[in-house]
Amino acid sequence: MSLKIEHLDHVYAQNSPFEFKALDDVNVELENGHFIALIGHTGSGKSTLIQHLNGLIEPTSGTVYLNGVDIFNQSKEDLVKTRFSVGLVFQYPEHQLFEETVAKDVAFGPKNLKLSEEEIQERVKWAIEMVGLDYEKMKDVSPFELSGGQMRRVAIAGVLAMKPEVLILDEPTAGLDPHGRDTILGQIEKLHKATGNTVILVSHSMEDVGRYADRILVMYKGKAVYYDTPTVVFRHVDELEKMGLAVPEVKYLMRALKKRYPEIDDDIFTVEAAKAEIERVFGGERDV
Amino acid sequence: MNEQTAFVTHGQNGQDAQSQPIIRVENLSYAYPVEDSDQPKQALSDVNLTVARGEFVGIIGHNGSGKSTLSKILNGILSPDSGDAWIEGMNTKDPEKIWQIRKTAGMVFQNPDNQLVSSVVETDVAFGMENLGVPSEQIKEKVTEVLDIVGMSDYRKARPHQLSGGQKQRIAIAGILAMQPDCIIFDEPTAMLDPNGRAEVMKTITNLNREHGMTVLHITHYMTELVGADRIVVMDGGRVVATGTPREIFSQVAMLREIGLDVPQMTELAYLLNQDGYDIPKDVLEIPEMVEALCHLK
Repeated sequence: MSLKIEHLDHVYAQNSPFEFKALDDVNVELENGHFIALIGHTGSGKSTLIQHLNGLIEPTSGTVYLNGVDIFNQSKEDLVKTRFSVGLVFQYPEHQLFEETVAKDVAFGPKNLKLSEEEIQERVKWAIEMVGLDYEKMKDVSPFELSGGQMRRVAIAGVLAMKPEVLILDEPTAGLDPHGRDTILGQIEKLHKATGNTVILVSHSMEDVGRYADRILVMYKGKAVYYDTPTVVFRHVDELEKMGLAVPEVKYLMRALKKRYPEIDDDIFTVEAAKAEIERVFGGERDV
Repeated sequence: MNEQTAFVTHGQNGQDAQSQPIIRVENLSYAYPVEDSDQPKQALSDVNLTVARGEFVGIIGHNGSGKSTLSKILNGILSPDSGDAWIEGMNTKDPEKIWQIRKTAGMVFQNPDNQLVSSVVETDVAFGMENLGVPSEQIKEKVTEVLDIVGMSDYRKARPHQLSGGQKQRIAIAGILAMQPDCIIFDEPTAMLDPNGRAEVMKTITNLNREHGMTVLHITHYMTELVGADRIVVMDGGRVVATGTPREIFSQVAMLREIGLDVPQMTELAYLLNQDGYDIPKDVLEIPEMVEALCHLK
């Protein structure tokens, strides 16, 4: 089962002086169950791509198959179902909060799923706790009295409560401090591990990508240029830099070390792994 | 050391404009009113801070630590409950001085799209000067000069909406520079940018400080952006909890973690290796230093 993207083209403002090809023959199959990081410079087509994945915008040509079903060639009712199974968290989702209380806001999506009231309440509680908030303390609070980071989490809970098979997040940590960032990404990872859902995380932080993702999809000028494990993608240091991207700082360190110590493994992009590899090559524990 | 000579002229009386700090904050406190509550939310408590001419000072702290409230007070958007903030000796509470203060301490914000007002780059950069009635010949010259400083000369006739995030931020910086400020306050200017945009903006800010002597106050969540700062101020719970050089601050990994902050990856690695008994300086900030330190072990 997968999200299969086939010959996907998207042209904005076609046949006008502002014509812009945002997606250019994108072909990639995203197997279910991965934590996929989607990276690319601003304007590379990331946001346009993810809006196709749940049928929010229509391709100029080409299509997307969700578990074998062409999402742009189905009844309107089925397209709605597709939108329920592919949850999309936009950038700055806290701007979309609108209800009087946190619980009502999170319940808005599940209510559209025609679930029983009991099931809705269960999901609301589950989703609020899933994003690391205290349900009892939060449920009756107005979302507008919360801090920015808390509002962001409530907004994400609203999408989680739909229990989508595929969860897409467009820069969910933009503007958050390191602690807020770790909380949100940590909870998403926990959910991913517990349920085996597919996560697509749009991110500009190569450090976060190296830490959480097991697949990386790289977009450049509307094309999907790499789709592979972080190990393989981060080997393309020079190419990534030419595309306005980078690799985690640790990767640069390991590359520099490899020039002096060829025995060092430079397929490393987290601080923990770097520490282990340095200790392997430079000798075990020292005088602690 | 240049810094030393700069401090020699420091007068205690504050009479000499060249010697007094550009930004001076004394015992500053501020609380936001909370709806349906008598208990206001304390955002700043007794904050003291100075930024000297030509200095590059970074401010870090988690969301809600008071960083942005401080920047709003420095710009006269908020008025403190107690204490004072001075920009070039002008009290930010003084409504008569507000425009002069905002011209002296320019601000660049997070979202590049909210800061550009015109449909052509050069008129955007000229916007502030036009409002001041600067003669058009002078405006043209100034636009050329500031676009050159931010490395955007080739985009003079471009449309801002077609630029990348990093380019838009550089145009926003050019617009501020055109007003000839004495210092620029950057409030998370890279938060919304991709890696390349972040690098471009940081290069521009560093260049402004080092080559043009611009005083910089840089608020950020990206610790690596402050590796080259003269000084870092750490805020937590509305207070200044630490201040020091990047090496002094970042080597306190446990303290920064406790208040929800990061350290640069190289410093974190040095910290972890140290814990395992490796003899690596705890204040390593950058890759070449780490490579050197490790080579000494072999």
